[in-house]
Order: sequence, then C-alpha cells, then structure tokens
Amino acid sequence: MSLQASTSQTVGPYFHIGLSRLYVNDLASPGVSGQRVEIEGRLLDADGQGVPDGMIEIWQANAHGKYAHPEDQQDKPVEPGFQGYGRTPTAEDGSFHFKTIKPGRVPGPDGKLQAPHIDVSVFTRGLLRRLVTRIYFPDDEANSGDSVLNLVDPSRRHTLIAKKSAERDGVIEWNVVLQGSDETVFFDC
Amino acid sequence: MANLSGYRRPYPGTQPNHLHPPYVSSIKRAPSKPLVYLPHTLSEVTGPVFDASSIDVKACDLTRQHSGEPLGERIIVSGRVLDENGRPVPHTLVEVWQANAAGRYRHKVDQHHAPLDPNFTGCGHTLTDANGHYRFVSIRPGCYPWRNHYNAWRPAHIHFSLFGPAFATRLVTQMFFPGDPLLPFDPIFNCTADEKARNRLISTFDWETTMPEHALGFKFDIILSGRLSTPWEK
Repeated sequence: MSLQASTSQTVGPYFHIGLSRLYVNDLASPGVSGQRVEIEGRLLDADGQGVPDGMIEIWQANAHGKYAHPEDQQDKPVEPGFQGYGRTPTAEDGSFHFKTIKPGRVPGPDGKLQAPHIDVSVFTRGLLRRLVTRIYFPDDEANSGDSVLNLVDPSRRHTLIAKKSAERDGVIEWNVVLQGSDETVFFDC
Repeated sequence: MANLSGYRRPYPGTQPNHLHPPYVSSIKRAPSKPLVYLPHTLSEVTGPVFDASSIDVKACDLTRQHSGEPLGERIIVSGRVLDENGRPVPHTLVEVWQANAAGRYRHKVDQHHAPLDPNFTGCGHTLTDANGHYRFVSIRPGCYPWRNHYNAWRPAHIHFSLFGPAFATRLVTQMFFPGDPLLPFDPIFNCTADEKARNRLISTFDWETTMPEHALGFKFDIILSGRLSTPWEK
C-alpha cells in the first residue's frame, strides 16, 4: 500500500492561538547535566528585516548524545527532565532565543559520529513548507569531519555554525536568513 | 546504526514550492538557493514524544472551553493519521487552530471587523488513538478577507500541526471544506502543482460521524511520510 504524504500549508499569521501551549525555550532544568548554552538569533527576510511572525522549533540529543526517543537504542543514559524539544515564536524584531545544553555526538549516515548539532524547523507566514536547518557549535573540532556539514558548499557552511558572542560567555549567536546572498543553508529533509 | 532506514521524500508536485508568487508573502521569505539533501540520521528519525500526561483530554472539544456555547454551525472533524505505507500513526499529537464562525481569529494581529465570540478561542489538541484515529468537536470556521490581492478571501479552513514519529515527519497543513466556492481562487490552497494532492486537503462530508440533532461530520485523513523500509521488514 502506498499513499502520498499530505500537502504542507503555511502556519499563517495566527499560529499562536493553537501552538503557544507548547512554547518552551528553556530546555534544561537545573538537574540536567551538560554544558549550558544560550542561543540567540534573528529570523530575517530577503531585505534583512526581522520576521515578527515566525516560529522556531529545535530538536536535540542530551549531553551524552542520546535522544529521548524509543528509536535511539544506544547504550547511553537518558536525562530525566530533558526532552530535547523547544518551540518559540519570534519577537517583533525577529529575535528568538533558547537556553539549553550542548548536545553530545550521535551516529551519522556513515556510522561515524556527527559533530554536536541541533535540528531546526522554521515556520512563518509566507513559508508554504517548513524549512529545515541545523545549528553547529563554534570551535568544535568535530565540525571539520562532520558528514552533513561536508555535504554543504564550503562557502556556505558558516551559515550553519553559530558564533560565540563577543560580550557574553556561554552565549552563541545564530541567525536564520531566509533569502539573499548570505542565505542560511536549508535541507531537503 | 549505519543502515538506519530513513523516511520517504515527497513525490514530485505533491508539495508546494517555497516560492509561489501568487502568495505574495512567499516572495521575500522563500529561500532562493537549492535545498541540500539531508540523509536521515538518528537526529531525523527521532523526534519529540508527547504522551497522555502532556494532553488536556478536554481540549478536543473547542465548543466547551467557556461558560457558554460558541455561535455557529457545530461540526465534528475526525479522521485517521496514517503513514505512506498505510499504517496508522498511533498516539501522536494533533494541534488545531481556526477562526470563529464569523471569520475572526482571537489574535491581536487579526483586525477584520467581524465579531469575536466570547465563547470561542479556536484552539484544540488531542492524541491519536492506537489506530491513528482523532476527533475534534468545533464550529465551522468562517471565510475571511486578507490583503494578498484585491478582494482576496480565504476559504474556510482549520489549521493542523502534527509531529508523527520523527523530526522528518513534521507536518503543518490546513483542512478545507467541500464545495467551498473560494477554493479555486485561493493561492495558498492552489500552491501545490498536483491537483489530486491539493484536493486531499478538502475534507468530506460524512453521515457516519454526523450526530442527529447535534452536529455535521467531516472526515479528514492525514498522511505523514512513511519509512522507506520498516525495521521489522528487514
């Protein structure tokens, strides 16, 4: 039996009504182990204007590189209180932020470990389908060998790698540029 | 782990392109560069899990969230969530939101001069059962104007958001109503090239779920990406 996946439609401007119940941008309660990190970014359109009616969702492993999901059969500990899922609307200026922990490494398509990363879905009025991208971490030596990063044209890889904040420790900056010369890499997922 | 089975990619034409100029908001928000093919890894075949403890069981009835009953035509929207292999997607979260019977959303951005209904918020959620069934009670949403082009009106619709079993199966879509005269003119509904694919977003009137003296039934099945091959088939 072969069916076809339902067609995607935009979230439109009013998703807050239905989706705000699950807003969570602080993923790691105090007991959860791992290196704390704050992600700050903006969702920007083709003119560099902040997108005020967007929504960002993230999905990540815990500090041991284990997903809170039955299909992750790795012999690694789960962290009670860490689901690894976040959802936040963008603010008037397109900004968003998450507080989380840096995920551990998980297996990649070639059996090698991937560099630490967070999977991201972007939704907004004007997007008929979600956009999928990833956040990688600054100065992580595993980035150079990451099999997914290496699928990306070297001139565009930087759009997936967050930058250290010049002012604040533990803060990384990562913007989503929907369109333009420095457009973020989006994946066919 | 190296021979992890991924999820299917869409059939050509069955999903919208990001850029669809008749939908004006897509022009400055759609990416211009080709997407990079992402092999599905453990990160994409896993995804957030929501169980009964994260659900309000009353949230599937949008007509009982306030002291009085909302105005409008009561409807029962039900269906199944299946994957492309025809298997039910059990215990998965379904979130919905919609305008009221007058075509007004309870949202600060919606300034359409139609009345708000103090007895209608327009949001609900539920989990599918073990066989992938879901059911909402609501009122039929009204059509409403928007500023995409001159005299633009959205056909009546209910927004749906689903996770399915994995990051790769995430879906946000809209359900429409049969016979809506606005459908041929709606750039959002018509963004999908494949006519059969877009018509699958139109619910069907259903006698079986219509409740005598109470509410009309509409059926709407939702299909999520399916596994290329399932672990138990190997």
